[in-house]
Amino acid sequence: MRHTISVLVENKFGVLARIAGLFSARGYNIASLAVCETLDPEISYMTIVVEAKDEKVLEQINKQLNKLIDVITVTDFTKKEHLDRELVLAKINYAPKDKLRLEAIFNKFVGKIIHHKANIAIIEAVGDEHQIKALLEELNKFGIKELVRTGKLAISN
Amino acid sequence: MTGAQILIESLKREGVEVIFGYPGGQVLPIFDKIYDMDMRFILTRHEQGAAHAADGYARATGKVGVCLATSGPGATNLTTGIANAYMDSIPMVAITGQVKSFLIGNDAFQEADVTGITRSITKHNYLVKDVKDLAQIIHEAFYIASTGRPGPVLIDIPSDIQLADTEFKQPKEIRMRSYNPTLIGHPGQIKKAAKLIAEAKKPIIYAGGGVITSGAHNELRMLAEKIKAPLTWTLMGIGGFPGTHELSLGMLGMHGTAYANHAIMEADLIIAVGARFDDRVTGRLDAFAPYAKIIHIDIDPSSISKNVHVHVPIVGDAKNILADLLKEIKKLPDTSDWLKVVEGWKKKYPLQYKDSGKLKPQYVIEQIYKITKGDAIIATEVGQNQMWAAQWYQYNSPRTFISSGGLGTMGFGFPAAMGVKLGRPDKTVFDIAGDGSIQMNIQELGTCIANKINVKIAILNNGYLGMVRQWQELFYKRRYSQVKISSPDFVKLAASYGAVGILVTKKEEVSPALKKAIETENTVIIDFRVEEEENVFPMVPAGEAINKIIGGLA
Repeated sequence: MRHTISVLVENKFGVLARIAGLFSARGYNIASLAVCETLDPEISYMTIVVEAKDEKVLEQINKQLNKLIDVITVTDFTKKEHLDRELVLAKINYAPKDKLRLEAIFNKFVGKIIHHKANIAIIEAVGDEHQIKALLEELNKFGIKELVRTGKLAISN
Repeated sequence: MTGAQILIESLKREGVEVIFGYPGGQVLPIFDKIYDMDMRFILTRHEQGAAHAADGYARATGKVGVCLATSGPGATNLTTGIANAYMDSIPMVAITGQVKSFLIGNDAFQEADVTGITRSITKHNYLVKDVKDLAQIIHEAFYIASTGRPGPVLIDIPSDIQLADTEFKQPKEIRMRSYNPTLIGHPGQIKKAAKLIAEAKKPIIYAGGGVITSGAHNELRMLAEKIKAPLTWTLMGIGGFPGTHELSLGMLGMHGTAYANHAIMEADLIIAVGARFDDRVTGRLDAFAPYAKIIHIDIDPSSISKNVHVHVPIVGDAKNILADLLKEIKKLPDTSDWLKVVEGWKKKYPLQYKDSGKLKPQYVIEQIYKITKGDAIIATEVGQNQMWAAQWYQYNSPRTFISSGGLGTMGFGFPAAMGVKLGRPDKTVFDIAGDGSIQMNIQELGTCIANKINVKIAILNNGYLGMVRQWQELFYKRRYSQVKISSPDFVKLAASYGAVGILVTKKEEVSPALKKAIETENTVIIDFRVEEEENVFPMVPAGEAINKIIGGLA
């Protein structure tokens, strides 16, 4: 099962390698990872989506992360109220006649065209897991040529 | 001050007495300052020897061991020793030279990404990028290495940083928002533990290396005696409880005593103190201790409920927690029936070996115990020698059994014994070795002689890599694949280094040889030609429940 956790770390050289190394060394899987500076430039914020087959594995991930000297706090969002968003950019097949159809989709779900030329368009969308999933299903009907995603960002509320 | 001067000054301020190491191109500025320093420097013959010696010193004294090597191969040679210290939670600071800052990443001569290589085998590591940070980093490294669950910390110092000049500033008191080990146990949890203890009918205490690290041996003994619970220990826990105590069951697990294994399997309460339910201890996990509730005292939260489900976890320092727990226990369990059952197992399944008239390795260890009156410090290599040393010598105080537990590093014992002797010059120090293991770091004989480090090496020489041979005998139909190993003439080898060698082939020669070795003011190798195909029993095959004991007389 996928779980979203956030990790506040000292913004130091090598910290990302420590986190990534811990996951690979202990056989945990990262589904997505997003890293950024916080308001305090000495601290970085990571949102990590992990695959954990049960609570025990999740608990170990949590504890092992906490054991790293540069990790300040670990928050498991599984049981915590939070909002999460992901940004995706999708390059799809496009003809001018598709415009109305796409706009209908965007009205129903999320997303907008940020660029188009000849026979492709680039769609930008920000949304939660379900919104993105629903959008991508729709876009698939046009043919997605390329897809990039930031991975999930999460914040408690 | 230059970076090199700051390093030496800082080590002195941390109370370092001895540095084990080896020079090289990227630590020349440091060695130029070592030339003038008043701390002791032990030049080993291999960097691995330096790391193990620092580790042995730390295990014997409880202080932080320090080793030093150059960049690239010097640093990679340290890594086995660092990993060894990491697995056994030994406080160590390893210092490595690195190529000049501006060359890092350039595949420069003798460059290796040492912080990268050691990331998963250190508690923490640093690449120093500014000489102004150096003093603070060293102070922090010693703090991290020695507090919480201890471990090795590596500091990688580029040679231009060693030469760079800055003002030496007294390091600040360590306050880290990201690292605050819990020391005091949660009172509510301690209350719950006391309640479980009062209700128990068949309690057992299971003690690990954490008892020794935290210095909780007195509290542990008080607990066992107060609640009248039998006590078993892990390899790392040896010495944390008197081996000759009537409540002692010896070591448990794969080569533990049959009665310790039966007792933990039948227990209704396990009080685990500073132990981590390693696979060599639990055997098949789903069959482990089916009737027991578990209280787990450990300073490392990640050790709790990692392998077995724990009913009452108590995170903190074992000494503090046991002291608080002792105060909290008001109602005592009645364990008299249980102790009778345990006593019955002790009588039924004693630790024993068959005396065939040939020289037995177990006999050699028993004699070492007898002649040293149990007052020596015993280091071991890894394999059969280690298990026999754990079984046949009674350790009555902490820090007297020095052995590679988690990593199982052959070649550890001898250099570790050197470190032990430097830390505890008042003690007789033995390395109980096999003919395989001793050849892995035999070059350190040179270090012993040059520095007058007087250790005794007892080689249980059976001509085999004995533990692997034993597994091949038992589980691979005696198809002995690459386990027959030749050795040099150890007596001549000792002589060529300036040490003393003694050959022992008969039982009656054992005791005189040991006496002579102890009286000799020099490093002594005793080459005991023991029975070749002797096995370590009892034994639980890997992956079996730990009461499925096979072999010999168990």
